[in-house]
Amino acid sequence: MDTFIQQILNGLVLGSMYALIALGYTMVYGVLNLINFAHGDVMMVGAMVGLSVIMLLQSVAPGLPGYADLAIAIAVAVPACMLVNVIIERIAYRRLRNAPRLAPLITAIGVSLLLQTFAMMIWGRSPLPFPQLLSGEPIQIGGAVISQTQVLLLVLAALAMVGLVFLVERTKMGRAMRAVAENPRVAGLMGVNADRVIVATFAIGAGLAAVAGVMWGANYASITFTLGILPGMKAFCAAVLGGIGNIYGAMIGGILLGLIESLGAGYIGDLTGGFLGSHYQDIFAFVVLILVLTVRPSGIMGERVADRA
Amino acid sequence: MNDTTILHIAGVNKRFGGLQALTDVGIEIKQGQIYGLIGPNGAGKTTFFNVITGLYQPDSGTFELDGKPYSPSAPHAVAKAGIARTFQNIRLFGEMTVLENVMVGRHVRSHQGVFGAIFRHKAARVEEASIRARAQELLDFVGIGQFADRTARFLSYGDQRRLEIARALATDPKLLALDEPAAGMNATEKNSLRELLVKIRQDGKTVLLIEHDVKLMMGLCDRITVLEYGKRIAEGVPADIVKNPAVIEAYLGAAHQ
Amino acid sequence: MALLNFNVTQNPRRAYTSMAILLALLLVFPFFAAQFGNSWVRIIDIALLYIMLALGLNIVVGFAGLLDLGYIAFFAVGAYLTGLFASPQFATLLESIVNEYPVVGQSLIAIMGPDIVANGIHLSVWAVVPLAAVVAGFFGALLGAPTLKLRGDYLAIVTLGFGEIIRIFMNNLNEPINFTNGPQGINLIDPIRIFGVSLAGEQGSNSTVMLGSYGMPSVNAYYFLFLALTIAIIFVTSRLQHSRLGRAWVAIREDEIAAKAMGINTRNVKLLAFTMGASFGGVAGAMFASFQGFVSPESFSLTESIAVLAMVVLGGIGHIPGVVMGGVLLAALPEVLRHGVEPLQQALFGKIIIESEVLRQLLYGLAMVLIMLNRPAGLWPSPKHEDRPDAAETNKGTGFPA
Repeated sequence: MDTFIQQILNGLVLGSMYALIALGYTMVYGVLNLINFAHGDVMMVGAMVGLSVIMLLQSVAPGLPGYADLAIAIAVAVPACMLVNVIIERIAYRRLRNAPRLAPLITAIGVSLLLQTFAMMIWGRSPLPFPQLLSGEPIQIGGAVISQTQVLLLVLAALAMVGLVFLVERTKMGRAMRAVAENPRVAGLMGVNADRVIVATFAIGAGLAAVAGVMWGANYASITFTLGILPGMKAFCAAVLGGIGNIYGAMIGGILLGLIESLGAGYIGDLTGGFLGSHYQDIFAFVVLILVLTVRPSGIMGERVADRA
Repeated sequence: MNDTTILHIAGVNKRFGGLQALTDVGIEIKQGQIYGLIGPNGAGKTTFFNVITGLYQPDSGTFELDGKPYSPSAPHAVAKAGIARTFQNIRLFGEMTVLENVMVGRHVRSHQGVFGAIFRHKAARVEEASIRARAQELLDFVGIGQFADRTARFLSYGDQRRLEIARALATDPKLLALDEPAAGMNATEKNSLRELLVKIRQDGKTVLLIEHDVKLMMGLCDRITVLEYGKRIAEGVPADIVKNPAVIEAYLGAAHQ
Repeated sequence: MALLNFNVTQNPRRAYTSMAILLALLLVFPFFAAQFGNSWVRIIDIALLYIMLALGLNIVVGFAGLLDLGYIAFFAVGAYLTGLFASPQFATLLESIVNEYPVVGQSLIAIMGPDIVANGIHLSVWAVVPLAAVVAGFFGALLGAPTLKLRGDYLAIVTLGFGEIIRIFMNNLNEPINFTNGPQGINLIDPIRIFGVSLAGEQGSNSTVMLGSYGMPSVNAYYFLFLALTIAIIFVTSRLQHSRLGRAWVAIREDEIAAKAMGINTRNVKLLAFTMGASFGGVAGAMFASFQGFVSPESFSLTESIAVLAMVVLGGIGHIPGVVMGGVLLAALPEVLRHGVEPLQQALFGKIIIESEVLRQLLYGLAMVLIMLNRPAGLWPSPKHEDRPDAAETNKGTGFPA
């Protein structure tokens, strides 16, 4: 039973990070019908920037408590990632808005490669250790353990998601985003500046990814320039699982995928009589994707994709 | 025109969520007829077309082509069975040449596959030549033979319509189903179209067509079915349809009795 | 491209002359390059394998308009199949079966006989290559059947996922039963033997292949084999493109609904493209395994899938000469960089500022972004409009019109 609770906790932690990243994918797909391939790498940039900030703080202000370091790291990583994503949209994607679908996809892959290359050049090729900042005692829940960092991650993720829901449902910008996500042309006719909305969408997604990146580093204690690839792809699978374009779908899909991966990795050995082990964990996201797209392509909550007729 | 029934459809129902698009619609067309389907906008004409050609799945209905039941489950199966259609918003293969468009129409009546493509043995070459020849023949038949090597999307609107008809004829259909072929045409073009359709009928083909131009339909069709709100409100020869009170009401409103 | 014109319909004489000239140059090349050492020929051998892959992927992406981001999986299938059936690996596999499932293991040993138990299975190239083609094609059909109806973006991600799944399996199928030898990969794969002559050269001959009394380096022998194979693939794909099937593919790309209405079974036609592309990938994989002598999961990552896709798309999607050019550029590029750029930086700056690995990735990324922004049809696109991607979207869904 302890293992079970532990798996659940691990799954929630993993799932929160997937949810944060998935939101970026789903929002951009909702307004542009584009898979921003580079989004996972934006998360990586957040982690890298956060690490650099923390290293800097630790050398110039060693007296600062761990959570302050972390807070400042996030506070710097978020605008940094927003800037990166906005630049990417402006330079690489804007001109291809009406191009046949292949061109933006290839461009996005190219951007992803470029981000990784720049990260490689700036931060080097080897994995970098991420310091333990919250060194308090882990919390015990029914025989399972959850670290302070992980608790913080859950809290931050929850806050971010609540904040996003508020933004989307209650603010003018949020309304504009929903309008553009449904029908960009008509939204334009109603006076909504679609370009600005799209920029905001990219920015918000990047901010969430930055949080996920910094916390990923804090949780796994090591980051590298290829960090974003696999979690990015899995987060997209989570977005599809929940219903692409649907932000509630991304949240639910992310958490669900985290749980599936965690429980799956824990029990796959038993389920397959020892034939498959926990190192097959990475498959789950893709298997889920294939299943969802074959059985119920609109996902759990239903997709919300722009009518681009 | 003889007495064989080419198309016999009965009891078609189709619902889209809360909207009952078709209620118990049926049609019977005899060999060699030009059969018209008219009705106000939203009556369900194109929906009915899409059902009988396999684009939409009906909730119920029986479907018989040339005496044999056919299943409108998939568009390509319907084409193979012998119904060829054109589209309201012309759907050509715009970047292919005019000739190639019609050659694609021959696909369903030819069968060279990977082996023939790679080895180009005698049978494959013969088939390819016959596809090409037949395509040119059809282009000449509809009157655009001289444009064979032009890129399809550069054709004039009227010629594009002709091309779509030629392509449909290439499938050797038992029934040619045309969805608003005269849409967007002026009087001269409509006249040419009428002549082409008569020519097609003379060639022994059966035609089902949806149209809005009542005058065109009256002069062209042997029989007409009128739909309104997904139901059949009248069926008969043009002369009777024009006088039918329900039809008049459907088009012009109750006050114009 | 005015110098060499390959357009057979436009001017057959010129086209065939161009081809003859090119062929002559290609045949002479290894003897010329030998002046500079074997490594250049080796580089071209690898480049030829990539070109084969690009041509196979071109059937899927270029002809049928299906976006496949996990194409390398079929390459892996072919390579690993060769690894399993043309090396000692099968013996290791049997051993692990005996350890885990003794009953099954013992009966298999009884069937296979002591020779296989000791040495593994060593099928000849004439058996392995068709096997690789068939099995890879089967996987292609397996993947394609449920997924080809998805819209373009989704198909891309699903195929990417499939590629990853294959890689993960190859990396982990070494316990409890050792199929693939895990991260270490499979070693000692047999070189290709044609009519008794091993292309890796005889023992102790310093990799010299003997044809009668004439000897040539092993890399040259492989060069001619791969060149012949590549030419064959170009021939086959070109024939496919200009055929009833090729027309059907264009029709589906242009307007899938109209294509269906004309009687084309779009599902089967798309599946055919996918399966054929997969089997070409499998063949290339078999060649790769035999050439290199070992296979490991690292060679079959997402990066490789993307590299092959880049060759197709940047070279000239759907246009065979363009795809070949893309393959040459992007496959030879890393090596040219390594041999040229690093010494250059060394000479200029006294140290290496940007390693060639980094430079390679940088150039790939820049190429993808810049070319898509400025020449989305590729560097050498098809002169016929219908073969270009802006002629048709590669992701027409199956939604119905009015």
